Amino acid sequence: MRVLGPTALPCAWAVMAAAGDGAGAAALAASVRDFVAGQQDGCAAEVAAGVKDGSWTVLQLVEALGSCLENTDPRTRGRGIQLLSQVLLQCYFQLQEKEVLHLVLFYENRLQDHHLVIPSVLQGLRALSMCEVLSPGLAVSVLKTIFQEVHVQSLLQLDRHTVYSIITNFMSTREEELKGLGADFTFGFIQVMDGEKDPRNLLVAFQIVRDLIAKNYTLGPFVEELFEVTSCYFPIDFTPPPNDPHGIQREDLILSLRAVLASTTQFAEFLLPLLIEKLDSDLQSAKLDSLQTLTACCAIYGQKELQEFLPSLWSSLRREPLLQVFQTASEKVEAECLAALHALSACLSRSVLSSDTEDLLDSFLSSILQDCRHHLCEPDMKLVWPSAKLLQAAAGASLRAYHHVTHNVLPLLLEQYTKHPQSSQRRTILEMLLGFLELQQKWGHVEEGFLSPSDLELVVDHLIRLALCEEDSQSSEAAMEAAGSLAPIYPKVFSGRMVPRLEEELQSEREEENSWDPRSLRQRCLQALAAMSTHPSIVRETVPVLLQHLRKVQKESEARSPQDMVSVCQSLHRVALQCQQLEESCWYFHQTVVPCLLAMAVQAAMQESTQTLLGKALLEEEVLSAMVPVISAATTHLSPELAAQSVSHVVPLFLDGEVSFLPQNSFSCSFQPFEDGECLEAQRRLVALLMAFVCSLPRNVAIPQQERLLRELLALSCSCNCPFTATTAAKCFAGLVNKHPEGQQLDEILQLGVNRMEPGLAQGPCRMQALTLLLWVTKALVLRYHPLSSRLTDKLLGLLGDVELGAATADGFFLLMAESPDVLHKGCHADVRIMFRQRFFTDNVPKLVQGFHGAGPDVKANYLKALSHVLNHLPKPVLVTELPTLLPLLLEALSCSDRVVQLSTLSCLQPLLLEAPQIMSLHVNTLVTKFLSLTLSPTMAVRIAALRCAHALTSLPTTVLLPYKARVIRALAKPLDDKKRLVRKEAVAARGEWFLLGSPGR
Amino acid sequence: LIYRRSGERPVTAREEDEELPDSIDDREIFDLIRSINDPEHPLTLEELNVVEQVRVKVNDAESTVAVEFTPTIPHCSMATLIGLSIKVKLIRSLPERFKLDVHITPGTHASEHAVNKQLADKERVAAALENSHLLEVVNQCLSARS
Repeated sequence: MRVLGPTALPCAWAVMAAAGDGAGAAALAASVRDFVAGQQDGCAAEVAAGVKDGSWTVLQLVEALGSCLENTDPRTRGRGIQLLSQVLLQCYFQLQEKEVLHLVLFYENRLQDHHLVIPSVLQGLRALSMCEVLSPGLAVSVLKTIFQEVHVQSLLQLDRHTVYSIITNFMSTREEELKGLGADFTFGFIQVMDGEKDPRNLLVAFQIVRDLIAKNYTLGPFVEELFEVTSCYFPIDFTPPPNDPHGIQREDLILSLRAVLASTTQFAEFLLPLLIEKLDSDLQSAKLDSLQTLTACCAIYGQKELQEFLPSLWSSLRREPLLQVFQTASEKVEAECLAALHALSACLSRSVLSSDTEDLLDSFLSSILQDCRHHLCEPDMKLVWPSAKLLQAAAGASLRAYHHVTHNVLPLLLEQYTKHPQSSQRRTILEMLLGFLELQQKWGHVEEGFLSPSDLELVVDHLIRLALCEEDSQSSEAAMEAAGSLAPIYPKVFSGRMVPRLEEELQSEREEENSWDPRSLRQRCLQALAAMSTHPSIVRETVPVLLQHLRKVQKESEARSPQDMVSVCQSLHRVALQCQQLEESCWYFHQTVVPCLLAMAVQAAMQESTQTLLGKALLEEEVLSAMVPVISAATTHLSPELAAQSVSHVVPLFLDGEVSFLPQNSFSCSFQPFEDGECLEAQRRLVALLMAFVCSLPRNVAIPQQERLLRELLALSCSCNCPFTATTAAKCFAGLVNKHPEGQQLDEILQLGVNRMEPGLAQGPCRMQALTLLLWVTKALVLRYHPLSSRLTDKLLGLLGDVELGAATADGFFLLMAESPDVLHKGCHADVRIMFRQRFFTDNVPKLVQGFHGAGPDVKANYLKALSHVLNHLPKPVLVTELPTLLPLLLEALSCSDRVVQLSTLSCLQPLLLEAPQIMSLHVNTLVTKFLSLTLSPTMAVRIAALRCAHALTSLPTTVLLPYKARVIRALAKPLDDKKRLVRKEAVAARGEWFLLGSPGR
Repeated sequence: LIYRRSGERPVTAREEDEELPDSIDDREIFDLIRSINDPEHPLTLEELNVVEQVRVKVNDAESTVAVEFTPTIPHCSMATLIGLSIKVKLIRSLPERFKLDVHITPGTHASEHAVNKQLADKERVAAALENSHLLEVVNQCLSARS
């Protein structure tokens, strides 16, 4: 074939030639001439369009090119082939099998041509490699010719990329043919990629190697060569150039190479020594990459691959944590070391043992134990944590590993516990024990007889004593957490032994023992009861104790502060959260606790209305607010059926005074929170509890009489004089509106809301209530992208200029943007679109900026404050891209006297200083001056934020900063003597960094 | 032998209260110097047990700070440099009102007296920092680890 000269194509094709029509041929000839003469690159598009619409054929194009394909000047030949290739790239799918055959033969032949021609030849072959009608055998022929004739690595980047594309195209469509080449194909490719430097090409080349392996191409004797030609890039050392338009990140290359290296066990014998070598590297990135690659390999390796290298691997992994990681280097390396150890242990656990082989897991774990156990016993306990973490990482990989490790370690730790008298040392040991015990939960496996019954009672007694009597609160908490971890394993012992002890302590009135504040003791009891409620049978014991205590505290409420009731509610809340994970307890808790709390509250509210003072503390805002999360957490995880059952009781209670489902239900008067009347003020406060329940229901639970309920809430929110009640009613309304299905009903209720709000906002005594309602309803609609939300937001933007309501409206933007703790968040099934903050930002920030510029001096700050709240809640990466346009405004905001504005402006600027130092450099003078003056603010948080900004300034280019160095260092001397330690800490950090600026050794 | 680093000082409710002043205490001074890097090892002075909280004495009211440091071996050639780093760190981090005394834990170094004398001499400290090579090493010791 190769003996054919440059004229081969026109001659071979002449037999197929048909006479073209005269006009078309003339136009084609003109375009070809223009292109080849090098004037008109655009002609290629015209020629291609002509082929596509049938004005002429590829054959006619070849004929028109005829003479220049034979020209002796390589430039002219190149130009001709370039035109043909560009046209083929656009029309390859129209080619006939016969045409393709001839073109392939022509192009293959041209691969021997002058080097100037080669790029265009490759482009043509790329076009042909995409043809479906390529005859069998041609793909192999093209590749063989490329492997033989082209020295790929001396081509330019783009042309090398073309070769990879041809290979990729053939691999995806001609797999069987290519496999017919056997190991020759692998070898050919190895030669093609050997020495590749460009990251764009490497990504493609790595993908080809992955496919070679994944699709079982024959590697033959070339396994090691294939490994060499890829592993030489490990670890990846690449920093994308600034303004890189290709967007290839270091991470892309790392992951792509890792996928190759960790894709086959055939590489193991070469890869593991390489990883062991790089684990000892001084470069943290190399270490990390090696560890992560090792972890990835463990997913497919087995005993066979690892056996030979286990001792070296362990000594590398061990040396890191024990000598360095925990002490000096990054936590990232530590975490990856532990992950790799975990993966190794898991890998060895997975392997199937044959009767005559050694159990590598056993010997591997034994060597770990041997190296770590003496650290656990050292009297100064300096290396206990690194050792414990290593052991836990290995033990956590499988049940077998867990048994092996804990069998050795737990007795040792118990022994150490008795040896160490100091509480801090004992705490460390308890925390380690807890770590090992927690691992056991992973296997969902209870090992009875792990502790003997008498030992167990001893453990429980110790835990009780530590939880209640240990002065150090951290030790006490550790004991409570340990009880919570052990309780599900030994529920009987805990409910039989610990619950009664705690109950007894709660009831005792040993006020005379002054050594220990009785209130703190009760507090500890309540915390311990909550912490240990991690098993359904225990929950049934602890919940009644907590409720009983709540009733008792309420009766004595005159003597005690509401704080005691709040504490009980906090414990109930924790239990409720733990019950969410225990299916059977979830309904028990709801059914027991919700009616009880409602009954106590209703009763207190009734007594209130008959002018008795008893039980009044229960109605205080802080107590009701502490009950809200309890009821909410008890409701969010209910199944729709059970939730429907509960809602059929609770809503009629509030709308119709249906008290029959409450545990105590004989009351002297009726419960009618939505009726008018002075004496019903106390009853109305309970809307908070209604809100906690009804706004936490799953979205598919229908609420009976919903429209009536919404109207009542609306009326209450607009008219009630008590801010707590009015706000709660507004939140409840908003919570329901957010979940209300779209449609006419929703439109009507929203219209009703707008009709109530607008006159309220305009004038009269209830402007504040109307604003609160507007804010919550706006939030409810912004979250779900409801079309009305923009109208309501505009209304709020307008109110920023209101002399009376402007400041409160500005504060309200916090509420719009922040996650609300009790209603309108994901946890209570609200309709929250993830990008709502970004969307709100895009829609409204230009209006805020405009409003600011148009506002009078007395209300300007309101716009800044609203803007601050919006910016403060945006994800920082979004901020950094958007902020430069707002920078002038932010700089102005630094001079605002409002501390909320100052604080949020500083926290916006701080990441910007780190991420966009070039832009910020332009304003260095203003920034230095403002930051320094804010370091003397009367508000601690502002001082701290200003110092952090002063610190972040040091990431600006040194030359920009040096003129300010002396001044900043002088000014920062003052906050070094701030009365608050947290401020001094920031001042020290900032000043230290300024000292280093432009100084040797930085 | 490497010693365990103390964790970050936990923030107390009192420290978060705007009104209540927090006096400068031993732990605060210790926190300033414990993370200074050793000039020779990739370790901090705390990890080498060169500085310990019990060897830090501060009197906020009288504006005095005394720090004893313990070289790892009695012939440690870096003792002066370590002392200098501690001293510079304190100068940069404490209000000017403080009188600083940085010296070697008695009986732990061969040239204890000479080193102490050097560290106590203001002019010699200032002169040392004029030497750009010395300043470079000190700055490296004081640089935050990335």
